[in-house]
Amino acid sequence: MHTKTIAQLAKGLQAGDYSSVELTQSYLERIKQHQNLNSFISITEEQALTTAKQADQALAQGNAPLLTGVSIAHKDIFCTQGVKTSCGSKMLDNFIAPYNATVVEKFNAAGVVTLGKLNMDEFAMGSSNETSFYGSVLNPWATDTVPGGSSGGSAAAVAAHLAPGATGTDTGGSIRQPAALCGITGLKPTYGRVSRYGMIAYASSLDQGGPMTQTAEDAALMLQIMAGFDPKDSTSVEREVPDYSSDLNNSLAGLKIGLPKEFFDAALNSEMAATIEAAINEYKKMGAEIIEVSMPNLKLAIPAYYVIAPAECSANLSRMDGVHFGHRCTNPADLNDLYIRSRGEGFGTEVKRRILVGTYALSEGYYDAYYIKAQKIRRLISDDFNKALTEVDVIMGPVTPTPAFGLGEKISDPIEMYLADIYTIAINLAGLPAMSIPAGFIDNKPVGLQIIGNYFAEAKLLNVAHQYQQVTDWHQQTPKGFE
Amino acid sequence: MQWETVIGLEIHAQLATKTKIFSGASTAYGAEPNTQACAVDLGLPGVLPVLNQEVVRMAVKFGMAIEAEVADYSVFARKNYFYPDLPKGYQISQMDHPIVGIGHMDIDVDGQTKRVGVTRAHLEEDAGKSLHEDFHGLTGVDLNRAGTPLLEIVSEPDMRSAKEAVAYMRKIHELVQYLDICDGNMQEGSFRCDANVSIRPVGQEEYGTRTELKNINSFKFVEKAINIEVERQIDIIEAGGRITQETRLYDADKNETRSMRSKEEANDYRYFPDPDLLPVYISDELRAQVKADLPELAHIKRQRFIEQYKLDLETATQLTSSRQLADYFEALITESGCNAKICSNWVTVELSGALNKQNLDISQSPVTHERLAVLLKRISDNTISGKIAKQVFEIMWTSADSADAIIEAQGLKQITDSGAIEAIIDKIIADNQGQVEQYLSGKDKVFGFFVGQTMKASQGKANPGEVNKILKEKLKR
Repeated sequence: MHTKTIAQLAKGLQAGDYSSVELTQSYLERIKQHQNLNSFISITEEQALTTAKQADQALAQGNAPLLTGVSIAHKDIFCTQGVKTSCGSKMLDNFIAPYNATVVEKFNAAGVVTLGKLNMDEFAMGSSNETSFYGSVLNPWATDTVPGGSSGGSAAAVAAHLAPGATGTDTGGSIRQPAALCGITGLKPTYGRVSRYGMIAYASSLDQGGPMTQTAEDAALMLQIMAGFDPKDSTSVEREVPDYSSDLNNSLAGLKIGLPKEFFDAALNSEMAATIEAAINEYKKMGAEIIEVSMPNLKLAIPAYYVIAPAECSANLSRMDGVHFGHRCTNPADLNDLYIRSRGEGFGTEVKRRILVGTYALSEGYYDAYYIKAQKIRRLISDDFNKALTEVDVIMGPVTPTPAFGLGEKISDPIEMYLADIYTIAINLAGLPAMSIPAGFIDNKPVGLQIIGNYFAEAKLLNVAHQYQQVTDWHQQTPKGFE
Repeated sequence: MQWETVIGLEIHAQLATKTKIFSGASTAYGAEPNTQACAVDLGLPGVLPVLNQEVVRMAVKFGMAIEAEVADYSVFARKNYFYPDLPKGYQISQMDHPIVGIGHMDIDVDGQTKRVGVTRAHLEEDAGKSLHEDFHGLTGVDLNRAGTPLLEIVSEPDMRSAKEAVAYMRKIHELVQYLDICDGNMQEGSFRCDANVSIRPVGQEEYGTRTELKNINSFKFVEKAINIEVERQIDIIEAGGRITQETRLYDADKNETRSMRSKEEANDYRYFPDPDLLPVYISDELRAQVKADLPELAHIKRQRFIEQYKLDLETATQLTSSRQLADYFEALITESGCNAKICSNWVTVELSGALNKQNLDISQSPVTHERLAVLLKRISDNTISGKIAKQVFEIMWTSADSADAIIEAQGLKQITDSGAIEAIIDKIIADNQGQVEQYLSGKDKVFGFFVGQTMKASQGKANPGEVNKILKEKLKR
């Protein structure tokens, strides 16, 4: 049962092959069995079984929504009413959210069961899941390597079949990079496609929630529920949500694929380049046309991102001050002491680093040189993509420079860690949708192919990804010990 | 040395919306602490602000009323600082692109009209309230006020005396109420101001170092605070000292200002555009709509009152000091059919006097214009005299009865029957022969005595015109 996709499970549930309670129980057992992966922060067993029972009743009555009774898990960045929502931080270890994020609300309304809350880098800041207050998550493909981050718990859980799908969020690659390193499918939608309400903000102008699944078909099913305008989020876009499943089987003959030459320069190692090339060849076989494009400003993406994201997070995290909720130090001497010790104790090193960087970048006298300049670069990068996307339908390239790296390998070198996101960050700056799909292995470690599309072209991306998954079986591989 | 005072004001007007600027929580004043703060106002993790469009409309209205540039495009920014009553650790305000740009306000001081520049007006959210009493050494936080919409109106340093500053503040106060965008209630903090004050030798062009006086919530205190601060600055400079740029708090009890923080201690607010909110675009449609809804402003109304109703400047100014009062006055004329003179007298003297005595606003007046109109009608149709009318008015103030009912019940109807008046007069003449002789011998003043006696005998009900006429006849020399 646990190796099935969401689409298969939904069918089985609707057909009555098994009940939602049975399905939920089997996942809960697997989660407990594989706790060594550390992919879950909270397991919401009782609630899950209650919802599963309700789902079974709904299914019995007929006319239940498509995904009724299917179970998933949420990244611990989404607020879940009555359940701890820690964001991977000691700061919110005691925070029981009093409300549901819009995304959570939508899954609940669709009859989907929540198994628990998934581990993540603290406040979504990290590319290895090692910054979590709850400890590292292990990559099921090689437990001495990282699952990627920040949605590392989501990726590891789906790869290990502890849940058929999970929510993730992506600010600079946090869905796509762990999806690539764990060999699953991840979709970061267009900025504004999925409501951010109740999704704890890291960098508000870049954050976007999306699905993490085994297949593109499943990603379409989950996105169908997640997407849509939310009056509670001013940055969500009022635009019709298409049927994401209806275009999956469209032919790719004549598809124009752009390959940015900057993605394939000397920095990309040869094994990685070969894997991506092989994937591109599959598309050629399906009738796609390959066009070289150029993004001259791509190299500025990381520096621009590491001004904008920290600047926004420095303000976003100010509310974690020990006054109204979250961690508060014991016996504060005065107000300043309360602030300093609560925040000093509550935040981890990487979070502090980014708050400091952001605070500096916004300071009087530096604002123009850093923040304004970074915004200008952001516009140039968007222009590069927009120009390329007038010539091609999608852009492809690697997701990461290497497969999963070792636990502890980069954690003490932040710059090295930041470079792990070199192929993903620019897409967030431009606000475009992008996917990572499994495209092969290097030394038994999964490698992802990145597909980038035009604004609101999620259906196209899913179609392109799904067609690849019809002719390859990388996405069907299961790590040893998790069959 | 002769010193010149230079003053600029930053006025915070609370916009009179039903809900907060970025959430659906109520803005009503005086609720139990923390009962009008929702997840957004509490700044819980994950919440997002959504702009209340009504505040935009109100700000545009203000901008148009001061003939300012209303920006096509304005941006909300985060102003970062830590304080327990600021739950997000930043205040959503506007910095580089305020909604209202350069405008002006004309003030009248000592018969002179002066134009004061308005630099800008921007939208922002209010913070909560820290309560230091009642918590035994701890501080309580009430977030009911957090997220209340404010329009911060920043003037140019164009005022040269505390008197001018007060005149400007009053004009803005009058305007925001005219526009129906602020209730102007200063006790509840709906309208408050900070004053930037500096001095310089007369003739010097360069400004002196300024201090900022914080949160002054009455016209009286603005005048006092500025005057005391100017004195302090003169004393320091004349003693050879220098003014420190700092924020000072006015203590009304001690009538002194004292330092809160100096420039060195000032926060670097690290403003940047709020990524949770989209820029605000003002459409031509909204502009046209607001323009069409713009009420007649005080100075225009005042001029019209002078011309249309032949009122003097003082009366016209008083009547137009609030839109409700002016509306009351005009409605009274229409309803009663009486002339403007008698209506303006009643509104500015009897009504305003009664309101002031109880510290009531015109909107709280127990005597509506409809009720007062009936009373004035009874004066003009000679049912009662003006004097009796004042008596009736006093009763109306505390009872719900109509003027007619009161006149009837108290038997206050004027005696116009000349036979009845004659009878009274005959008796008075008979009883006061001495005075009759005095009058007949040429003492005109004694006539008043007879009028008084007649009125007294009729309990004020005799028609004064009739009394005069009959007395003149009876006392013919």
